[in-house]
Amino acid sequence: MSYSANLKDRIGRFVIYAIVLMLALVCLLPLWNIVAISFSSSEAVSANAVGLVPVNFTTAAYTKIIEDAQFWRSFGISVLRVALTLVLNMILIILMAYPLSKSKRDFKGRNIYMNIMIFAMLFSGGMIPSYLLIKNLDMLNTIWALVLPGAVPIFSVILVMNFFSAVPKALEEAAFIDGANPLQVLFKVYVPVSIPALATVALFSIVGTWNDFFGGLIYMTKVSNYPLMTYIQSLNVNIADLLQAGTNSSELSNLTEISNKNLNAAKIVVAVIPLLLIYPLLQKYFVTGIVVGSVKE
Amino acid sequence: MKQGKWKARGRLGPGAMYHMMMLPGILFLLVFSYVPMVGIITAFQDYIPAKGMFGSEFVGLKHFMYMFKLPDIAQVVSNTLVIAIGKILLGTMMAIIFSVLLNEIRIKYVKKSVQTIVYLPHFLSWVVLASVVVNMFSLDGIVNQMLAFFGLENINFLGSNTWFQPLIIGTDVWKEFGYSSIVYLAAITSIDPGLYEAAGMDGASWWRKVWHITLPGMLPIILLMGVMSLTNILSAGFDQVYNLYNPVVYESGDILDTYVYRIGLVGRQYSFGTAVGLFKSVIGIVLLMSANQLAKKYTDRKIF
Repeated sequence: MSYSANLKDRIGRFVIYAIVLMLALVCLLPLWNIVAISFSSSEAVSANAVGLVPVNFTTAAYTKIIEDAQFWRSFGISVLRVALTLVLNMILIILMAYPLSKSKRDFKGRNIYMNIMIFAMLFSGGMIPSYLLIKNLDMLNTIWALVLPGAVPIFSVILVMNFFSAVPKALEEAAFIDGANPLQVLFKVYVPVSIPALATVALFSIVGTWNDFFGGLIYMTKVSNYPLMTYIQSLNVNIADLLQAGTNSSELSNLTEISNKNLNAAKIVVAVIPLLLIYPLLQKYFVTGIVVGSVKE
Repeated sequence: MKQGKWKARGRLGPGAMYHMMMLPGILFLLVFSYVPMVGIITAFQDYIPAKGMFGSEFVGLKHFMYMFKLPDIAQVVSNTLVIAIGKILLGTMMAIIFSVLLNEIRIKYVKKSVQTIVYLPHFLSWVVLASVVVNMFSLDGIVNQMLAFFGLENINFLGSNTWFQPLIIGTDVWKEFGYSSIVYLAAITSIDPGLYEAAGMDGASWWRKVWHITLPGMLPIILLMGVMSLTNILSAGFDQVYNLYNPVVYESGDILDTYVYRIGLVGRQYSFGTAVGLFKSVIGIVLLMSANQLAKKYTDRKIF
């Protein structure tokens, strides 16, 4: 009897492993298929012959990308955007999270600031007033339209604030006694002990900014100013929509000319590489970040 | 007394320093979050860009009345709700099931590798994943090849008003289930192992342990996440829908955000678009407040 229970147990265990591994494959294979397509000849791609192994292996698509000036221009805009956003985000997160981690008694006005932030997180003017603001500030087609609106990631400020408030008070008091001012305490005591939390929000910032296509879509009226994701998105976009949006015809012919399947696949692969490079780092930190950030007593 | 000491040395006290630290961030919020809120008045005007926000004529609730009379809007709201609720229900179920199963994986490197893979789609944008989805679900894609293999009719997933919503829901669940399972895994880890031992002594099967220990142990976090997701019920996912839809499926695919973008921004009906956007924001904030109350009442936790 114990043998059959054991057998049943083992079958059960096998089934669970099989389901879990299958789910992992379901997540991985569609992505892998794109990689295989990017290395296959366009004939094989249009004949739908490509599965998980490239057919007629070629790097032609990648050589074509190297010659695509707009791709690299957009890539550069995205890199610049990520860098500027990251610096701005980190400075503002650190500066805001520290005072907010103090009690209402130690920092008069804390709750007012907190309410300003929470209201801004919950309610927004919406897409069109934001667009009109950027337009009136004359920031359309500038990098600032892609950087400044997202300068304060409120969720991240709250996450770091929670982390800061768990730092032992004694550390701060010792520094004060040594004659440090709050700014010195912040950068010499709080920041060094909060690296995991800061890394988490830095990675949120990088991933979010790199992946965003919408800012480019509404704030950039010229394709030449598109960040990478908006550029890639525009490759599959409906031509009628573009016409309606007032894109001129030479830009349109550019877009249609380069829209073929394996070239697009290669572009996607290149666009994802920066994220894959930071993914190992990302994974190390975000699990703690998520668990700390999503649950508040 | 501490404050006095700072002042005596002729330096700024911590209080003043704190305010100065808050200043830059608050300024950004005022300009980029609060000024657009003022811009909401365009919803009550016939906004003409040349005349600006303060020169355009006020028309009261005209755009709202127009919105409620449009046949489109009922369709758009219903699409938004169906897609959002579908994503919440199926996504949560899938994440719970996956975390329970993953918790059974004892071989460490298998568990780690599986986690690395299933979290990955979450970090890729819909711009990228839309190509992956189109590639799989187009008429000559792998899914239709499989249907053909089993002798079934081909389905034009991306061009069919029947199939578009299931496609949106399904692919979103695919992208997010791994990542959402993180919180549920954390909840499972915090369950007292003694409970499982005791149940094992009593001869409970795996399934009974899951049903009577794991799931009840996860219940608070399931409720909390469920309540929190209520907030998103009017945001069915602009990025995903925008990247996957086309005029053929506007009827089943248009959600509030894509509608505002299409009619308001692309169609340059700024005032009407703002009115629809405001409608969404107000309902969203009401839902969030209610969700917070619900969370406090049933789970002893709150969102903010």
